[in-house]
Amino acid sequence: MSIDTKDASLADAAPASGAGSRPGFAAGLLWLLNPRLAIGLIILTIMGVGSFVLPIFAPADPSIQATYMRNLPVSGAHWLGTNSLGQDIFWFLVLSVRNSLMLGIMVAIGVTIVATIVGLSAGYIGGRFERAVMLIVDTFITIPLLPILIILGALIRGNTSFFTVGLIIIIFGWAWDARTVRSMALSLREREFINMARFSGANTVDVLVREILPYVSAYILVGFINTVLFAINTEATLAVIGLSKVEVPTLGSIIFWALSYNALFTGQYTWIVAPIVATVTLFLGLFLTSTGFNQAFASKRGVS
Amino acid sequence: MGVFAYVAKRFGLYLAVLFIGLTITFLLPRFLPINPVDGYIGQIQSRANGTLTPEAIAEMRVNLEQLYGLEGDIFTQYLAYLKRVVIDFDFGPSFTYYPAEVSTMITTALPWTLGLLLTATIIAWLLGNMVGLVAGYFHKKRAASILEFVGILLYPIPYYILAVSVLLLLAYIFPIFPLSPTFPVGEMTWPKVGMIIYNSLLPAITLVLAGFGWNILSMKALAVATTEEPYVTYARLKGTSNWTRMTRYVFRNALLPQVTALALSLGMIFNGALLTEIIFSYPGIGLIMRTAATGGDYNVLYGAITLSILAVATAGLVIDLIYPLLDPRIRHK
Repeated sequence: MSIDTKDASLADAAPASGAGSRPGFAAGLLWLLNPRLAIGLIILTIMGVGSFVLPIFAPADPSIQATYMRNLPVSGAHWLGTNSLGQDIFWFLVLSVRNSLMLGIMVAIGVTIVATIVGLSAGYIGGRFERAVMLIVDTFITIPLLPILIILGALIRGNTSFFTVGLIIIIFGWAWDARTVRSMALSLREREFINMARFSGANTVDVLVREILPYVSAYILVGFINTVLFAINTEATLAVIGLSKVEVPTLGSIIFWALSYNALFTGQYTWIVAPIVATVTLFLGLFLTSTGFNQAFASKRGVS
Repeated sequence: MGVFAYVAKRFGLYLAVLFIGLTITFLLPRFLPINPVDGYIGQIQSRANGTLTPEAIAEMRVNLEQLYGLEGDIFTQYLAYLKRVVIDFDFGPSFTYYPAEVSTMITTALPWTLGLLLTATIIAWLLGNMVGLVAGYFHKKRAASILEFVGILLYPIPYYILAVSVLLLLAYIFPIFPLSPTFPVGEMTWPKVGMIIYNSLLPAITLVLAGFGWNILSMKALAVATTEEPYVTYARLKGTSNWTRMTRYVFRNALLPQVTALALSLGMIFNGALLTEIIFSYPGIGLIMRTAATGGDYNVLYGAITLSILAVATAGLVIDLIYPLLDPRIRHK
């Protein structure tokens, strides 16, 4: 289920507890670096830096149609050939990775802020406030995202900017993270050092910001990466079925165009295979980074 | 606290979630700058090449507003909407397939979606749990990390990528399955059933692959944790075989959280359904939604989304009610 990338937060528990077999990595200054995290970060750095730096050297705006001859094969001038719209597939792909990453990071920032505020305050304040907030959170989790996005996509089709898509994903994507943050806040509420802070005269905001936030920041980082994954995936899913802003190059829209121009049957393998390879690599990088961090934090806490 | 109070509380939450969900879907299009009635009139007008008189348009508008329940102030509209959806399960007629009722369209498509998704989800769950159990129980062996690697590789792949790759591989490069499947309608005969099953195999394989990876990872984590429990060590010292320990001790105890996961994924199948059906042109709810979305058929979209909210909320309710029966450690609280 691609769209349920939110489940990654659950799956993270998996590698984290599996870390017990290699306690050696917890030692020394390199406590953070385990093989999984290292591979993930290398993939992300190459793809991230590459997609942000390379477009500077792009000979023309890759999203403009009919810049080149159509359906050119792979060559020195066009590393991945050109597509049936007269665009250079390589540059389109580079820009797609960049746009998808930007959208993912933007959504993840929004979701993390909302989820942290909602989750922490609900878990920490408790009582009637918590029950009301959790009811809303549960509802947002229950509402299936994809059908909602399809309705919105159908209603505002053509009039959206690329960032509206991101905003909508934030509105319907914060609930899962809020739930995780809240459960952490719940367990923290009973800890000694929180009581200590309270008795020393810290008010609610102080406790939340100074005591709880540093403690949950590791989890928030992991949640952040998972949300990037989730957002890229959701936008791409919408694009593949033609309901996002398909003129903007993203990992989904490139596949949308390739599919709608039957790239397969016209033998343009690079048009369809290249974005698939790029997406899988990017997702593998994000996933390994997120589980790698989890594993590292788990061994730091001595949990595993 | 008694069982009754637990059930009542959980049921109350269920109703509240449904209520809020329906309210959000009611409000959604009203916050948007686009009026479906205007859009529809525009469509008809362009079809009639702008030859409609203003009187005809005004009449049509009144008709459409009645149909949509857009008369009166927003509160009246809201009550009418709730009554129609909850009590009558009536979403009006479809635009594209006028005058077919949306509820009829949905009930025709539902068996297809459920048939494919339930089967695929359960197969993925069983397979994933078996592989995950073996990988988790023998987690110190090298072969186990290879099994886990399969999960790590499969899990983060976006669903549409998986679907397109499977289609590419098994229908194009190795033409084992048809590229554009046909699903015969009408009376069921044995050859027809065989054909439907054959044509459903490709989407089913994709769904299984997609669900499989997550189940491997979570089951493996649970099995590793359970294997280190004292009662498993005790069973080993008692001299039980590996097989007995794996199935009777580890599996039974690691299974419970996985049941919850199964319920969640059953609820989530609507998301998967959409993509599967769109990519493989499988005649279920997802395909209806796609056609409705591109054609601006709002009634159909509303019917489908209401159904999916209902399904997800109900799956959550059922599992919460069943769970205490499966796990004696959990008290009704």
